[in-house]
Amino acid sequence: MPVTSQLFRGFPRAKLWGSSLFPCQRQLPCCPTSHRPTSSQLHPIWPTAMPVRGYRRSPDLHSYNLTPPQVNSILKANEYSFKVPEFDGKNVSSVMGFDSNQLPANAPIEDRRSAATCLQTRGMLLGVFDGHAGCACAQALSERLFYYVAMSLMPHETLCELEAAVEAGRPLSPILQWHKHPNDYFTREAQTMYFNSLRTYWQELIDLSSPGESLGPREALLSAFKRLDSDLSLEAQVGDANSFLHYWVLRVAFSGATACVAHIDGSDLYVANTGDGRAVLGVQEEDGSFSAHTLSNDHNAQNENEVARIQGEHPPSEKKTVVRQDRLLGLLMPFRAFGDVKFKWSIDLQRGVLESGPDQLHDNEHTKFIPPNYHTPPYLTAEPEITHHRLRPQDRFLVLGTDGLWETLHRQEVVRIVGEYLTGVHQRQPLTVGGYHVTLGQMQGLLAERKARASLAFQDQNAATHLIRHAVGNNEFGAVDHETLSKMLSLPEELARMYRDDITIIITQFNPHVVGHQGTWT
Amino acid sequence: MHCSCVWSSRALSPALLPRLLSHAGCWAPGTRPRGIWSSPRRLASAVETTQPIPLPSQARVVICGGGIVGTSVAYHLAKLGWTEIVLLEQGRLGAGTTRLCAGIVSVAKPISIECKMADYSNSLYEHLEEETGVKTGYVKTGSLCLAQNQDRFLSLKRLASRLNVMGIPCNVIKPKEVSKLHPLVNIHDLVGALHLPGDAVVSPPDVNHALATAAAGHGVQIHERTTVNHVMMEKGHVTAVETDRGAIECEYFVNCAGQWAYELGQASETKVSVPLHGCEHFYLLSKPLPEPLQPSTPVVMDMDGRIYVRAWQGGVLSGGFEKNPKPIFTEGRNQLEIQTMQEDWDHFEPMLSALLRRMPELEVCEIQQLVNCPESFTPDMRCLMGETPGVHGYFVLAGMNASGLAFAGGAGKYLAEWMTYGYPTANVWPLDIKRFGNLQSSRTFLRHRVMEVMPLLYNLKVPRWDFQTGRQLRTSPLYDRLDTQGARWMEKHGFERAKYFIPAGKDLLSLDASKTFYKPDWFDIVGAEVKCCKEAVCVIDMSSFTKFELTSTDDQALALLQHLCANDLDVPVGHIVHTGMLNERGGYENDCSVVRVKKNSFFIISPTDQQVHCWSWLKKHMPDDPQLHLEDVSWKYTALNLIGPRAMDVLGELSYVSMTPEHFPSLFCKEMSVGYANGIRVMSMTHTGEPGFMLYIPIEYALHVYNEVMSVGQKYGIRNAGYYALRSLRIEKFFAFWGQDLDPFTTPLECGREFRVKFDTDIDFLGRASLLHQRQEGVSRRFIMLVLEDHDTELDLWPWWGEPIYRNGELCGTTTSSAYSYTLERHVCLGFVSPPSLDGSPAAVTPDFINRGDYEVDIAGQRYPAKAKLYPFSSLFAQQRRRKDEMELSNFQGK
Repeated sequence: MPVTSQLFRGFPRAKLWGSSLFPCQRQLPCCPTSHRPTSSQLHPIWPTAMPVRGYRRSPDLHSYNLTPPQVNSILKANEYSFKVPEFDGKNVSSVMGFDSNQLPANAPIEDRRSAATCLQTRGMLLGVFDGHAGCACAQALSERLFYYVAMSLMPHETLCELEAAVEAGRPLSPILQWHKHPNDYFTREAQTMYFNSLRTYWQELIDLSSPGESLGPREALLSAFKRLDSDLSLEAQVGDANSFLHYWVLRVAFSGATACVAHIDGSDLYVANTGDGRAVLGVQEEDGSFSAHTLSNDHNAQNENEVARIQGEHPPSEKKTVVRQDRLLGLLMPFRAFGDVKFKWSIDLQRGVLESGPDQLHDNEHTKFIPPNYHTPPYLTAEPEITHHRLRPQDRFLVLGTDGLWETLHRQEVVRIVGEYLTGVHQRQPLTVGGYHVTLGQMQGLLAERKARASLAFQDQNAATHLIRHAVGNNEFGAVDHETLSKMLSLPEELARMYRDDITIIITQFNPHVVGHQGTWT
Repeated sequence: MHCSCVWSSRALSPALLPRLLSHAGCWAPGTRPRGIWSSPRRLASAVETTQPIPLPSQARVVICGGGIVGTSVAYHLAKLGWTEIVLLEQGRLGAGTTRLCAGIVSVAKPISIECKMADYSNSLYEHLEEETGVKTGYVKTGSLCLAQNQDRFLSLKRLASRLNVMGIPCNVIKPKEVSKLHPLVNIHDLVGALHLPGDAVVSPPDVNHALATAAAGHGVQIHERTTVNHVMMEKGHVTAVETDRGAIECEYFVNCAGQWAYELGQASETKVSVPLHGCEHFYLLSKPLPEPLQPSTPVVMDMDGRIYVRAWQGGVLSGGFEKNPKPIFTEGRNQLEIQTMQEDWDHFEPMLSALLRRMPELEVCEIQQLVNCPESFTPDMRCLMGETPGVHGYFVLAGMNASGLAFAGGAGKYLAEWMTYGYPTANVWPLDIKRFGNLQSSRTFLRHRVMEVMPLLYNLKVPRWDFQTGRQLRTSPLYDRLDTQGARWMEKHGFERAKYFIPAGKDLLSLDASKTFYKPDWFDIVGAEVKCCKEAVCVIDMSSFTKFELTSTDDQALALLQHLCANDLDVPVGHIVHTGMLNERGGYENDCSVVRVKKNSFFIISPTDQQVHCWSWLKKHMPDDPQLHLEDVSWKYTALNLIGPRAMDVLGELSYVSMTPEHFPSLFCKEMSVGYANGIRVMSMTHTGEPGFMLYIPIEYALHVYNEVMSVGQKYGIRNAGYYALRSLRIEKFFAFWGQDLDPFTTPLECGREFRVKFDTDIDFLGRASLLHQRQEGVSRRFIMLVLEDHDTELDLWPWWGEPIYRNGELCGTTTSSAYSYTLERHVCLGFVSPPSLDGSPAAVTPDFINRGDYEVDIAGQRYPAKAKLYPFSSLFAQQRRRKDEMELSNFQGK
């Protein structure tokens, strides 16, 4: 993995060659930052055609340096922390809280994140979403996926009450309590459509279940993922009378996104993963050190099972073309994703939908582009792989991250950095002289070194920020280096994507006094 | 052990003797010795006994705490002839802070009474070995206080001046001389040092042991492994002590529980407030140097580096008082025991760096151990001593602020004297536990405050510093109004008081930042406020003053006050009387203004920090009469001081009553309306000698009255003023303040206040006999005013207080307060002087002594000529009809 990621550093690191089908536009709600339409002029879409850029640390790239406060303000712009009360009056929470943050490389950022507490059922949902070919799909996931999961988890009776309330025009009792950063926005215009789709889903859930029944977390996650992807696809096919909405649903469907979602209820941790995001558990060993326990599989070319799965789903004649240059059909890096109807719909359907679509589509060359060797769609699915883990007292935290994190830092390194940060200076192995012969001078040197290390951690109040600082600023020796940080963060927008990907991280801390001490669920 | 003969056989069974001796200041065999003062002599004789001797069922005094403080109290009580003394220790003698502390006895302490205590401790420890035969490890090493900058050097010179007054030897020396005295000190960054040749080091547990041995020899019963659960009380008196091994009836209880004194106080029936809080304190022990450091090497105190260093077993012992202390035991004595304290090298890093900077040769020296020795700290960096306000017979001696060893001897002596004679032989008001009340007892307050206090031990202390933590606890209702008008605040007894008001447009930040021994940056601001007081009118919020109401159905209130007050209170209703409340010796326990509000109702105004002390003094002397009622009404009134010639115009306009001296003479009190508010107590006095009025306003009217006063006052040029202006005004007029100038050892005759003593009546007030005697003999010390001459306000050091006064080149006294007089354009110092004693007996002060002498005030070693005066400049008093007793100053008697 590190080897390949090193290789890719040389290239523009877009998930999808050819990049965005629908360039973001300033007036759209998902594009708060100023946008320059760079991607649409990107003609050479084949990797071999790309000039190989210099290594990521070419010094002459940067004409100016950032001061430490400037670096901090960039790193902290999107940080968010949420502390869960240990006892909220009803339940003790196994989650103490979470720190999240994201650092854009794309302009605008294509990653999204979500966190919410389920109010009708128990548990907390956390997810990171990595968009490609635009941010629309990831944006839709960040707003909608948790509602689908929450619905799937609800017992029959709750769903019926909900339906009755909507039917009678009564106010709905809230389903999710969102924990959002002010920059985490939502698409106001599409809410009605989203709600109608969701309602259709719960009506079906009501029809399919009987009183006293509810889906387990595993089935609920699976059902929610698949259902949302199919809704995205359907909405795009049906379109909308409102031309803005029509354009929006097409943007959502033609862009793509991976999702890595965790559902935590007491000691039960479920991870549902679609794509190359990753969930890693930080486990504290008896000696105080931390080891990484991965709870998801990457869906990309590095995963042999995935390659085999995809090859198995298509006729042997396509064996050479279905995965080329470690990409699906030579184009797409993640092997599972939401949206991306270009890899799911038949050619006829794609043409049909595009022709009836709004005029904006026709201005874009890529709309007419069909992936090469496109014979037996669908090539792509949003079906997640689901892992269950029963939390133990030594499981201290969970890191959810998009691939932007995992390709810069090894998971073991991630867990070590976070673990040392969270346990803080206090938990650091205290120095004792014991029976050793230590001189005052040696001790002074040792302490000065420890102090330098500790002061770094004190800069950050947020574990995710601290991790990003390492991910971006680590020098050749694995230590954060201000010069590196400053260079990486001062890259001009159009260059940033060459050297790093969007990074989104959610670090959830567990309460060791709660996990492992709860009775088994009944 | 050969010294068993000195132990009271009555108190200790022979079987217990070896155990006691073996464990005093030591540890159980087999356990890892964490104490640093190992001495094989006692380890070898360690024998565990299983049968502790039973506790006595009654005693006269029970002392809780077998550390150096508790044993010192026991020792001194026994020396003063007390019997039936029981000392209880929950663990082993000297097993707490005493065992771990660094063992430095230095006289370099911030205030004189502390220097005195340390000096006494030093001589006590010096002779202890002789007295008891127990080795104490006493070595007179001397000590070096280093100065890395001029300001520190100044503060050391000021200390040297104070020590000179007390006759404690000390020398201000150059850096070069430092290296002659100490082989390791790097002097390249020093500007000078203070050498204290008398300072010493000891082995604290051994001193503890020696004191215990001596005390036991005098009949003190010592019981280890006995925990005091709580103290029983009845009708405000200590009756018994409940321990885990049964109860002991007693008359007196002494809380010397150190770290645990707060909790022990809280555990009694009537909670006793012992405001202290623990902090971790670290010091390092090194292995011997390649060339072992001589035991006689002086102690080094590098306060700018925040460290101290002493020789220890050929190596060094070095600790410090860091900027970021770690408070502990906030939640009480839960899991943490002193024995299990962790070393924290990361925390010690700044001090280690400072040490290696000061003594670079130590770099190659090996580490022996880092010791964590918790110390207890108090809200004002001074220890807690004396009888608690609520409970008779409950004494406290604790909160030593990391100087327990240096203070224990002297403090134990003073407390023993206090218990024996009712008061110590020196003024210990700065240490009196009654300077605090319940309001300083919050755990959060203490935790926050001690984090400021501990670094302060080694901070540079410049004049007029204020605590920054634990503020805004008590405020006037006008606080916000004043704050938005630029008030800068100081705190007294938890109450926020404005120092001065920064005019709009001044750079606020720079004003608060600079601290100096020279002319302060608020000089012109306060000058303008003073000018306004003299020429127009100023408002000072003086709500912090302590206010009591004493009422009775019949004349009990008058009778009580006539007994307690030196001045005659039998005045017509509406009169204000300035009076002292004196003790048997004729010294001031309180100095207050009493208003006869009704025939049998009195309103007593005392200084802010008298809230607890005065209350307790009154309560102590109050007959048990349900008809006599004392109430603390401090919180009920907001007090505004309207100072200045136009004050009467402002009030006149607001009340439609003529406020001219003809209609409202000085020292009268009327209840009247001001604006819409009725029932305002208006008093024609200002505590400064300036014309004006004090307004005592029920708090709900405070904002209204203030607003009215400010809006009407506008045309008279009214402005806010602060306490610095007040201070300048009162000092230039030679007004003494209790707590600064007056103390329990000062009589009215000594400060020229004979006119406030009812000698002309035959009422037997408290202290009368002593005063009559003193009048007969003449006073041997006299409060005088010194006007500095040839002192450049801009360039010279400013006086503060505690400066030595010289007469014809001979030391004759010290100052107690000082201020710049904007009217005289000179510095004015107030202080006491006494003529040199002839053949041992004190000589009386004569007018010639004051008037015919060349006086000088010593500021940090520099002497400034001063003009001594017995009376204020009459020209300073405004042209106003004055009441007789304002005018009539003591007819000074020269015999």
